Amino acid sequence: MAILSKEEAKKIIDKVLSYSKADEINVGLAGNRTGNIRYARNTVSTSGEADNLSLTVTSVYGKRMGTASVNEFDDKSLEKAVRRAEEIAKLAPENPEYMPMLGPQTYLNPPSFAESTAKIDPEFRAQAAFDSIDPCVQKKIVAAGYLEDNTGFSAMGNHKGLFGYNQSTSVDFSITARTEDGLGSGYAIRDFTDVSKLNTKAATDIAIQKALASKSARALEPGKYTVILEPTAASDLLRLLTNNLDARSADEGRSFLSKKGGTRLGDKLFDERVTFYSDPMNMEIPGSPFSNGGGGRFGGGGGGIDGRPQEKVTWIENGVVKNMSYSRYWAEKKGVKGVPPPSGMIMVGGNDSLADLIKSTEKGILVTRFWYIRAVDPQTLLYTGLTRDGTFYVENGQIKYPVKNFRFNESPVIMLNNLEALGKPVRMGGNLIPPMKIRDFTFSSLSDAV
Amino acid sequence: MNRRDFLQLTGLGTSSVLLRGVPIIGHSVDPQALLEPGLDISIKKRLADAALNEAKSLGASYADVRLGRYLNQFVITREDKVQGLVNTESYGVGVRVLSNGCWGFASRGDVRNETDMAQVTQKAISMAKANAGLSQRAVQLAPQKGLGEISWKTPIQKNAFEIPVKEKVEQLLAVNAAALKNGANFVNSVLFMINEQKYFASSEGSYIDQDIHRLWPTFSVTVIDPKTGKFETRDALSAPMGMGYEYLQSNPADKITGITTRYNKGYDMLKDATAAAQQAKQKLTAKSVEAGKYDLVLDPSHTWLTIHESVGHPLELDRVLGFEANFAGTSFVTMDKLRTKSFPYGSKQVHITADKTEVGSLGAVGYDDEGVPCKQWDLIKEGALVNLQATRDQVHMLGENESLGCSYADSWSRVQFQRMANVSLQPGTTPLSVDDMIKNVKKGIYIIGDGSYSIDQQRYNFQFGGQLFYEIKDGKIAGMLKDVAYQSNSQEFWNSCVQVCDQRDYRLGGSFFDGKGQPIQTNAVSHGSATARFNGVNVLNTARKI
Repeated sequence: MAILSKEEAKKIIDKVLSYSKADEINVGLAGNRTGNIRYARNTVSTSGEADNLSLTVTSVYGKRMGTASVNEFDDKSLEKAVRRAEEIAKLAPENPEYMPMLGPQTYLNPPSFAESTAKIDPEFRAQAAFDSIDPCVQKKIVAAGYLEDNTGFSAMGNHKGLFGYNQSTSVDFSITARTEDGLGSGYAIRDFTDVSKLNTKAATDIAIQKALASKSARALEPGKYTVILEPTAASDLLRLLTNNLDARSADEGRSFLSKKGGTRLGDKLFDERVTFYSDPMNMEIPGSPFSNGGGGRFGGGGGGIDGRPQEKVTWIENGVVKNMSYSRYWAEKKGVKGVPPPSGMIMVGGNDSLADLIKSTEKGILVTRFWYIRAVDPQTLLYTGLTRDGTFYVENGQIKYPVKNFRFNESPVIMLNNLEALGKPVRMGGNLIPPMKIRDFTFSSLSDAV
Repeated sequence: MNRRDFLQLTGLGTSSVLLRGVPIIGHSVDPQALLEPGLDISIKKRLADAALNEAKSLGASYADVRLGRYLNQFVITREDKVQGLVNTESYGVGVRVLSNGCWGFASRGDVRNETDMAQVTQKAISMAKANAGLSQRAVQLAPQKGLGEISWKTPIQKNAFEIPVKEKVEQLLAVNAAALKNGANFVNSVLFMINEQKYFASSEGSYIDQDIHRLWPTFSVTVIDPKTGKFETRDALSAPMGMGYEYLQSNPADKITGITTRYNKGYDMLKDATAAAQQAKQKLTAKSVEAGKYDLVLDPSHTWLTIHESVGHPLELDRVLGFEANFAGTSFVTMDKLRTKSFPYGSKQVHITADKTEVGSLGAVGYDDEGVPCKQWDLIKEGALVNLQATRDQVHMLGENESLGCSYADSWSRVQFQRMANVSLQPGTTPLSVDDMIKNVKKGIYIIGDGSYSIDQQRYNFQFGGQLFYEIKDGKIAGMLKDVAYQSNSQEFWNSCVQVCDQRDYRLGGSFFDGKGQPIQTNAVSHGSATARFNGVNVLNTARKI
């Protein structure tokens, strides 16, 4: 049984803690059941299901840390794992950045579990795939899609009495619909905590519509354009910014948040309508109640024993950088409280729909999604990548015709200074992101890819 | 690790940011456990037979079993500190069956006896049956005769796991110290070591035991200019290799001297870190490139990634057919283009092979994950497209009756599918040194090391950066440049290739964690080349102000 109740998890963790002879001990216990189905060329190619339950012991002597994992839960195996972690710790080099473990914490109780998702079985997945393949077959469209569901729990406890437990579910679905002649391609992607919100047919219908509408794309000259980014496209770019809020990199002078002699904390770096916050209790994107560490690009890494509570945090408010994320080590070194990196980001938007944003556009490009985005310059957060699966020219408030895909070279920092309008946020990859209109977005060349 | 975490970490291809892109799968173990022998071969055969017999009794027309023990050791440091020491072991079985014309797959960790094997096989059969209703075409498998009981091992001289952790830590800290002494403000260094112990058995009578070793030492240095607040980085010029710890033994014959030292099958990490710190500092004041057309002279430490993206991936049959449409994408190469056997992929100088045998390469194995003996074959000959990469269940679509041996799974827990072989640009047949090549370039840029990389989902339009850029003016190196990226189209680019240096300059580069598939799987693959010249390529300036 991969999913343990809070009581079952606590019982095992307490037992493992009792075996400890080290200065400190942390026990992580996590289990999940995951299943998937993949299809291409209108037929299922692979599917699978797996259960995992694993316990990780971290033992510490002074500043020496050792970790051992086990997936057998008899007393002998559990004690053996503790002894092994202790042996590894004794042999490990000292980590001068090691932080003593936290005592008891108060954690929120996010609504991150949905029974409907936990009940998914192979037949459900096959039906979800059929609901997506069938409309494609009817319209002579070639479908390739993927559905993956996860039901899991995560618990942690240490010798100082800290204990945390959380259950979560998620389902991710994506569909690429292509015309038989390969001249049109459309895409839709959805993710939810509660699978009852997922309608694979409805998402597929949008992908089909885009595939048919994107045939015979015209070439426009590369250059600076007003773009309307659908939430998928906007999220592709904004993730690059929200994943780079690490305080240590900024303090060390190697982040876009660094500036001569300091950081940009407190600086107005974006348009005043730009506000980002995280909230583990958000109903649309419930997050984890506790942090597993992380530590950012060059951070110390938490090794999964961080344990700080996740709370509501405002990161950027009215264009001003309000918070950066800290590892526990860096927070102490800098003498600040130091919030951990969030598990999901929310960008405040407006009430306009995507259709409203199109309607209010004189001339622009509607972008479904971006692809193969890679950093070009970490100093300016300059990224390159391409549009994909549905790019259209908009004129006088209407979609006029499909256009060939573009390569872009753009920084999300510059982009959020060139903000024209924000729509209503939707869940996208565990974040809440609005569709948005941006002026002077830099397309540097054309691609023949469909 | 759930898929979203994994995607966030993994990306496609390799990454110059050291730890982004590193999947860590398996249980944490003591470093000593990495040297313990796995199951005895007679036990592996017994377990495999239990699954094969169960599959047969349940009516499968074909079955294969992969019993795998995957060992990883990662040593991670920054400046004077050890940040992480990761030792993992992952052991289990994946069973694939063909039933009702449809594949079924199931896996299970820590299998110990015949009952475990029978149960996992039953699950694979039920998966095949559940999906048969949605299947439109029966799987067609190219013949492969049973090979009996055989084995293969990466020809290493020194098993990296036998080197004490302390020695590895000291080596990395010495590398970091050298970088700091030479002006680096920050340095991160990592040693990745992997051992795949794989036992493959099929219902056709193959029992193949393989012991595969790979290693990748790498680092990244950062230099900050306090006057301007600007920073520059320079990553290692090492390559991940299908070698043992001997790769880290510096051998003068493996050093390619020139504007900066580059390395063949022996890497001097200390020397490279010293150079990296000095060069990162030099970058701070280097001239920002003027955008325009340049002739590019590309070092093998750079070209491998361009080959990987613009030749390796578009010439995968599963992409051409549309199996990867929802994630990695399809290909500009079509079956029609292939059938002509004359599609002009590149200039006459371009001879590109696929290979799973080259000694020292990441892709070298004796047999693929379908038990097909590995070999080398031509993909592009005198510039013309002649073949693709394929597996047993797809090769018939090329009109072929024999698999090209491109099947791979990154774990016992994942189903095997088509992955890239080593795809390499063959050296020129006319003697030509790098110096002689540069002598004839009027306006050019010499690029060393891989940097930023991006290509569209059909592999037409790409953009690449690098680690070091040198301006070539009238046949001479005129100084260092920065803010360089070049853009081109795969076919146009390979047709602009005018010269390739000879065998003496041939070296491997590669990717340790190339991602593909859903759920995503990684693959390690090398790409060889000698320094090559490409005329009239579009170069852009990537400097911005925020």
